[in-house]
Amino acid sequence: MYPIVLLGLITTFVLNIFDWDTNKLYFKMVQFDNYAVAFTAVIIVIAFLWFIMAEGFFKEESNQTDYFALVLFSLVGAVIMVSYSNMAMLFLGIEILSIPMYILAGSNKTDISSNEAAFKYLIMGAFATGFLLFGIALIYGATGSFDLSGIAAAVTNGRAISSIFYVGVLLMLVGMAFKVSAAPFHFWAPDVYQGAPTVITAFMATIVKTAAFAAFLRLFSATFMSVSGTWMHVVWIMAALTLLVGNITAVMQSSTKRMLAYSSVAHAGYMLLALLAGNSYSNNAILFYAAAYSVGSIATFSIVNMITKSKGTDTVDSFNGLGKSNPLLAVVMTIALLSLAGIPPTAGFFAKYYIFTSAFVAGNVALVLIAIIASLIGVYYYFRIIIAMFFKHSSDETIAVESNHKLLLIVIAIAIIALGLMPDCIISLL
Amino acid sequence: MSAIQVVPIEWYLLLCTVLFTIGVLGVLFRRNAIIIFMSIEIMLNAVNLLLVAFSSYLSDSKGQVFVFFIMAVAAAEVAVGLAILMMVYRNTKSSDIDMLNKLKW
Repeated sequence: MYPIVLLGLITTFVLNIFDWDTNKLYFKMVQFDNYAVAFTAVIIVIAFLWFIMAEGFFKEESNQTDYFALVLFSLVGAVIMVSYSNMAMLFLGIEILSIPMYILAGSNKTDISSNEAAFKYLIMGAFATGFLLFGIALIYGATGSFDLSGIAAAVTNGRAISSIFYVGVLLMLVGMAFKVSAAPFHFWAPDVYQGAPTVITAFMATIVKTAAFAAFLRLFSATFMSVSGTWMHVVWIMAALTLLVGNITAVMQSSTKRMLAYSSVAHAGYMLLALLAGNSYSNNAILFYAAAYSVGSIATFSIVNMITKSKGTDTVDSFNGLGKSNPLLAVVMTIALLSLAGIPPTAGFFAKYYIFTSAFVAGNVALVLIAIIASLIGVYYYFRIIIAMFFKHSSDETIAVESNHKLLLIVIAIAIIALGLMPDCIISLL
Repeated sequence: MSAIQVVPIEWYLLLCTVLFTIGVLGVLFRRNAIIIFMSIEIMLNAVNLLLVAFSSYLSDSKGQVFVFFIMAVAAAEVAVGLAILMMVYRNTKSSDIDMLNKLKW
């Protein structure tokens, strides 16, 4: 089963690339423009890396096929979310992505914290969907259309638009903010990320987040841009709060998994900056950021997973002495963390650089300052792990790493450096 | 003029907002997991009612088709939700969400 899935992903990737510049519109529901192709490509590459990382997860389960099916359903949802051109597809995409994730979050059936994660994820996901749908209903009432271009046309053709439209936009904003875990709607994310099995957390932090952001950006940068006065200030405050809350709370964590969960909340804040800028840089900036952040996260979660498996705990102290006992893990972890912290010459540095440029061009100087302060706080907690790995000692034995995982980590490390040295290959796509 | 249009649209809007708010408050303040699920259903059905009302007033069938999607997805979501609740119940012997307090900072 496993090789078939990997082959399938490679085939999908190639077929997806052939759709470049074709701008196909399927039944006025799904538009495969370059934006969709680029994000689909990123999602499939991340999914491929994730499958290699998660091989052990599938082996442990007695009914593997269910899990393969659930993950692939989720991927379908992610692809719909980056390519929809109708509110109905947005809703279906989000649900196709989310419902399998609820099950996967609880796949550790006897572990009470996995149960709790699944339950919280389900309640918060359904709650957010409720807001999103109420927003869609109000927008439909005001414009008479579910189609994104139809809505945009109804807003811009000068006809007085009913005030319920603006309420609808704000309710959709709340719904999307839940999905991308932006403060103050982020409170579910750390609990769910910590309770779910680590490989599933990696999936949620990378693919789900990328897809949710692509959907968010597609909706607000195109359709709702003409009413930006309604939501700009709200997103401004959200971005500032997300950056500060995410980074400051991450400092206080002792569990690395929970720390990475808060750092993932913080990364949503940086991406909100580009969303807010809404200029020609933002699409590229978010695409590059999502790619750089996801690749780094796959590596960190993969290593946290190995540490947790062998030592039974995921505290920062469990990383002590890793530089001596497992130099490969320690070096890759360092590269990935430097990328997440945004230190040159890694991919994360250029990702942040492009995000800040797009925000700066749009004139959000205060927000850029907040983001820079937040990333300085970020450096502190990422370096805590690096210091534990190289400057603290412990008598723990070497962790056995399977050869395919070694290969995966090396490939990721090279990819992070390569994206950092040659960011042009992605940044000029859109 | 169809029967649904005897009542002005503003009243539907008000009714749906009230129902939606009841659902939101239910999710936020009730402690029993089953009642939380029911509150979410109230939220979604408030949306359904609103879509049908708008659809009728705009003489446009798209809104009613959307309602079918919402119903189908809500059913799937509740099926998964009840399964998760069964799993929680087997481990905690309770459907009170205060039992779920393992994950905190």
